[in-house]
Amino acid sequence: MIGHDRLAVRKTYKLYVNGAFPRSESGRTYEVTDAKGHFQGNVAWASRKDARDAVVAARGAFAKWSGATAYNRGQVLYRVAEVMEGRHAQFCEEVATAEGLSTSKARAAVDAAIDRWVWYAGWTDKLAAVLGSANPVAGPYFDFSLPEPSGVVAVLAPQQSSLLGLVSVLAPVLATGNTAVVVTSRERPIPAVTLAEVLATSDVPGGVVNLLTGDAEELGPWLAEHADVDGIDLTGAPAGRAMEFEREAAGTIKRVIRPPATEPDWTADPGLSRMTPFLETKTVWHPMGV
Amino acid sequence: MTHVLDPDALPGATPAVHAPLPPYDDVIRSDAAFRAFLHGLPGVDQVGAEARAAQLGTRSIKTTSKAWAIDMAISMVDLTTLEGADTPGKVRSLAAKAKQPDPSDPTTPRVAAVCVYGDLAGVAREALAGTGIHVAAVATAFPSGRASRAVKIADVRDAVENGADEIDMVIDRGAFLTGRYLDVYEEIVAVKEACGDAHLKVILETGELKTLDNVRRASWIAMLAGGDFIKTSTGKVSPAATLPVGLVMLEAVRDFRIATGRQIGFKPAGGIRTTKDAVKHLVMINETVGPDWLDPDWFRFGASSLLNDLLLQRQKLRTGHYSGPDYVTVD
Repeated sequence: MIGHDRLAVRKTYKLYVNGAFPRSESGRTYEVTDAKGHFQGNVAWASRKDARDAVVAARGAFAKWSGATAYNRGQVLYRVAEVMEGRHAQFCEEVATAEGLSTSKARAAVDAAIDRWVWYAGWTDKLAAVLGSANPVAGPYFDFSLPEPSGVVAVLAPQQSSLLGLVSVLAPVLATGNTAVVVTSRERPIPAVTLAEVLATSDVPGGVVNLLTGDAEELGPWLAEHADVDGIDLTGAPAGRAMEFEREAAGTIKRVIRPPATEPDWTADPGLSRMTPFLETKTVWHPMGV
Repeated sequence: MTHVLDPDALPGATPAVHAPLPPYDDVIRSDAAFRAFLHGLPGVDQVGAEARAAQLGTRSIKTTSKAWAIDMAISMVDLTTLEGADTPGKVRSLAAKAKQPDPSDPTTPRVAAVCVYGDLAGVAREALAGTGIHVAAVATAFPSGRASRAVKIADVRDAVENGADEIDMVIDRGAFLTGRYLDVYEEIVAVKEACGDAHLKVILETGELKTLDNVRRASWIAMLAGGDFIKTSTGKVSPAATLPVGLVMLEAVRDFRIATGRQIGFKPAGGIRTTKDAVKHLVMINETVGPDWLDPDWFRFGASSLLNDLLLQRQKLRTGHYSGPDYVTVD
């Protein structure tokens, strides 16, 4: 039996980029504390170059992910829920520590986060039916519209809800066939790092999700201006900077989700509102009767 | 087993056709003598070479230095397309890109050359007429080099007649690895003769030579035989242009100029895809052979995707934000 004097194996909290877990290119880390201010760990502090690398990875993964069948994407997202279920206890502990929640509230948040994956997994092959249409047109055409993913979406994840909020903004981006570069909550990144470990082991191809622990205030402008990012979700943008980020995003006509005034209740039914912003509508005019 | 007794070493053997520059004019008097010379070259400290290359790769090149390095690197690119599916149309669009790499910024320098297969050299020559951009053609049964010498020479003549003013040949790696160094040498001499006025770049295909000692020996064979450039790889074999290989080849080039007074160019090719890789090579040249080689006449990058990355980095410096592949041409 191993005695109480066993040396603790401390974890290095790293980034998740292109399916691997690198340290920040800058070598920086920052201290993360629990809700009461006790030290939790040193977490990689992503730099703009990590964000750049993550965008390259997300772009590289886009063709395969967007080209997969909607059914297949749904299976993969469901698999994420399955693998999260296996780490249920770990997530509960980390969410409780990070957000200062009671055990039962943390458990409810983790349950909701897992269910959210299942919910979005179910949507992948129904979006085209709900958002697409066969259009009656005055001409000899069979005219139909289909939703297609925008491309690489940058997500500034919610600062308060470390897991449920993160899943609520990430899953819709993936369900619609986009690839994601996520900047996690600055103060509460540890559940996100564990989520990265789940994603790495649940058939999500490398590069489809890239999780950067760090400061949305620092990385936001680089992602908003980046010419190879097609959309940005500003939910976790720091107060007062969102308008500026939106203006920068306009330079390359990105799709933007504006941040709510206060962080919403993530347990509410999400509806389609987070999926539609990062879809383009392609309309096909197919000649008939010739 | 030629290392036991070499018939060429017997008295009365005919000397090779072309003698290298002094003081090396007698090293090719026989197969055995040539082997003795090449194996007498100082051995390469592989661990040392890798450490030195890694160290040079850590230099931080920023702001105005980076801008200079990017423009220098663009002007050194041999814009390459070597695919079975190449068409005259693709070569013409590549030529258009060579003339104006970034249409959104006319201050972008032109590349050094366009590199194609020999049969398309004429198309490239026509498309690049009057621009000063060179037309390089690969020849000698590229990339394997497995053809008879007569076919290889005919390949070279054809490419030159089609308008190529630079020929990229491959050495016979089979002959090299079995120790028939004089065969390799004589073939390069023959190809050089067939080139006429065209510049000759000798591809060593370092990925197949296995050791850095072999890379140094092959470099010396190519330089002694009259090659104008030594080039790492065809781009069809991996690993290709790694930094330690480049370091050994640059040292060979440096030593050769010190001994004979003749300057040889260097062209890494294959696997150089990012601006960071290119800048590492520029640092290595400056530190190993000096600024005399920081010139498109003496240093080239053989690359296809590198140019787009250089242009993206150039756009980043100009606009202050990251650019994307939608803002450069698709090759």
